[in-house]
Amino acid sequence: MSALDLANQLKAKFGDVLSEPAEFRGEITIQLADAERIAEVCEFARKELGFDYLVDISSLDNYGEDPRWTLIYHLRRLADSCELRLKTGVSEEKSELPTIIGVWRTANWHEREIYDMMGIRFRGHPNLRRILMWEGYPYFPLRKDFPLAGKPTVVPEVTFTKTAPLEGGPFVTVPGGKDAIEREPRVRTPEV
Amino acid sequence: MQGEKMVLNMGPSHPATHGVLRIVLELDGEIITKADPDVGYLHRGDEKIAENMTYTQFIPYTDRLDYLAPLANNVAYALAVEKLLGIEKNLPPRCQYIRVMCCELARISSHLLGLGAFGLDLGAITVFLLTFTEREKIYNLCESLTGARFTTSYTRIGGVSRDAPPGWCDAVRKFLNEVVVNIAEMETLLTRNRIWVDRTRDVGVISKADAIDYGLSGPNLRASGVDYDLRKAQPYLCYPDLQFDVPLGSVGDCYDRYLVRMEEMRQSVRILHQCLDKIPGGFDNQAKEPVNVADGKIVLPAKDRVMSSMEELIHQFMLVTQGMNVPPGEIYFGHENPKGELGFYINSRGGGTPYRMKIRSPSFVNLSILSRLLPGHMMSDITAILGSLDFVMGECDR
Repeated sequence: MSALDLANQLKAKFGDVLSEPAEFRGEITIQLADAERIAEVCEFARKELGFDYLVDISSLDNYGEDPRWTLIYHLRRLADSCELRLKTGVSEEKSELPTIIGVWRTANWHEREIYDMMGIRFRGHPNLRRILMWEGYPYFPLRKDFPLAGKPTVVPEVTFTKTAPLEGGPFVTVPGGKDAIEREPRVRTPEV
Repeated sequence: MQGEKMVLNMGPSHPATHGVLRIVLELDGEIITKADPDVGYLHRGDEKIAENMTYTQFIPYTDRLDYLAPLANNVAYALAVEKLLGIEKNLPPRCQYIRVMCCELARISSHLLGLGAFGLDLGAITVFLLTFTEREKIYNLCESLTGARFTTSYTRIGGVSRDAPPGWCDAVRKFLNEVVVNIAEMETLLTRNRIWVDRTRDVGVISKADAIDYGLSGPNLRASGVDYDLRKAQPYLCYPDLQFDVPLGSVGDCYDRYLVRMEEMRQSVRILHQCLDKIPGGFDNQAKEPVNVADGKIVLPAKDRVMSSMEELIHQFMLVTQGMNVPPGEIYFGHENPKGELGFYINSRGGGTPYRMKIRSPSFVNLSILSRLLPGHMMSDITAILGSLDFVMGECDR
């Protein structure tokens, strides 16, 4: 059974909250309109469709668009290596959706990482702490409005960060800006 | 349970943690009752950096993920971007063979280090010396192939930075004949060694269901008896043309993980021999087989053409300043790295830089099982379990 058939089965079960499956480079993506139902959809995908392996969860900051956050779940069936990408949007005001630890326990660290990097919270996560950054770090560094150079922070007597000089880094110009300062992110002075 | 529990901090600087892993342990005497791994000490923000440079400029950063197998990371990353570009099927055959050889050399190198350090942690120092002798030869091969021993940055999007130099294939063949002798010697030192078996057998058992549930990949998944290898399940490069077996464990303990890695090295040797037999263009490429895709909008043109031809000059200029023009879209590509599945999720909105790049690192996912795996074991089993999981923090923390 192909990934497209499985995606159609998922759609048949959940109806209009799921988009039509889209294909790009041989990969099937299906969009879930209501992030609150993510755990339910995953549960069905695992129990009924045999997606026993969660490869990864990624997050995306669509800065300046609504909804701001996109969560991307990569599901796989080990038996025949069928893969399905499940996407769902979360608004900035809400920044929260249910955890899927109950479905795959590997989601635990992936969700902690997304919370750490993007600041999206997972309701029902038993241990939603920072994982790569340290406790007490005040920012979410993978957000698009967080500057590449970083921001200064202090945890008294423990640690601190300064903005990086970024001199001579191999950083690319972004097309479209009106002058070199606009085009080169490394010369931007981050707002503090 | 008699006395009160003790909290013990292990790491981040501890020789058995292979880098900067910290584990907060709760002990009842010598028995671990709770383990809380703490990662992130080597976090460098690679995903953030990737959003701010061209696809080609990120290649050196991939060396620094799993820094024990940089060649495999280079290949994984290049294949991911090529999938996004839709050119992975157009790669010249010679390029595919060279890349497979890179991956398999990296696998041998990574497993040699993993097993050497595993042995060292459990007191088998001779093994460590043996494996490092062999790894040195792989570094020499890397040096003559790429110009660097450690940070290879060898692949380019659409090919490799240069063809294998004259004599390199002969050197690989010579190395393969030597390494099998040393692998056999390691085997005699460990496989039936009473101390080794006592310390690894039935220690750190990961059941099949747990291995899948926790998303383990690579040798750790296969040692638990799950027959899943991306080289077979989702073949890429020229792997479909090559014969090799995927070793599986039956119990999922440290001993099985050791055996699986041992056999994987032998299978890698077997793959490398086949590559040498079949490599298009022969050892020294007398036939002048290409190693890059023939597309001036993806691969840098030859330098002499840049100096003499308008079109090539423009291509060179555009590629260096803005990068290649990648179509909007998103892909995930998983690569069978020595440590497990190294995946890149790339979200592009067009242009020369990724909008978002997520690195699915096998070490990060493999370590997440520690808090389930460690409790119930003795304190001294930690070194065996950590050694057998074979993680690397550069990749875990990114």
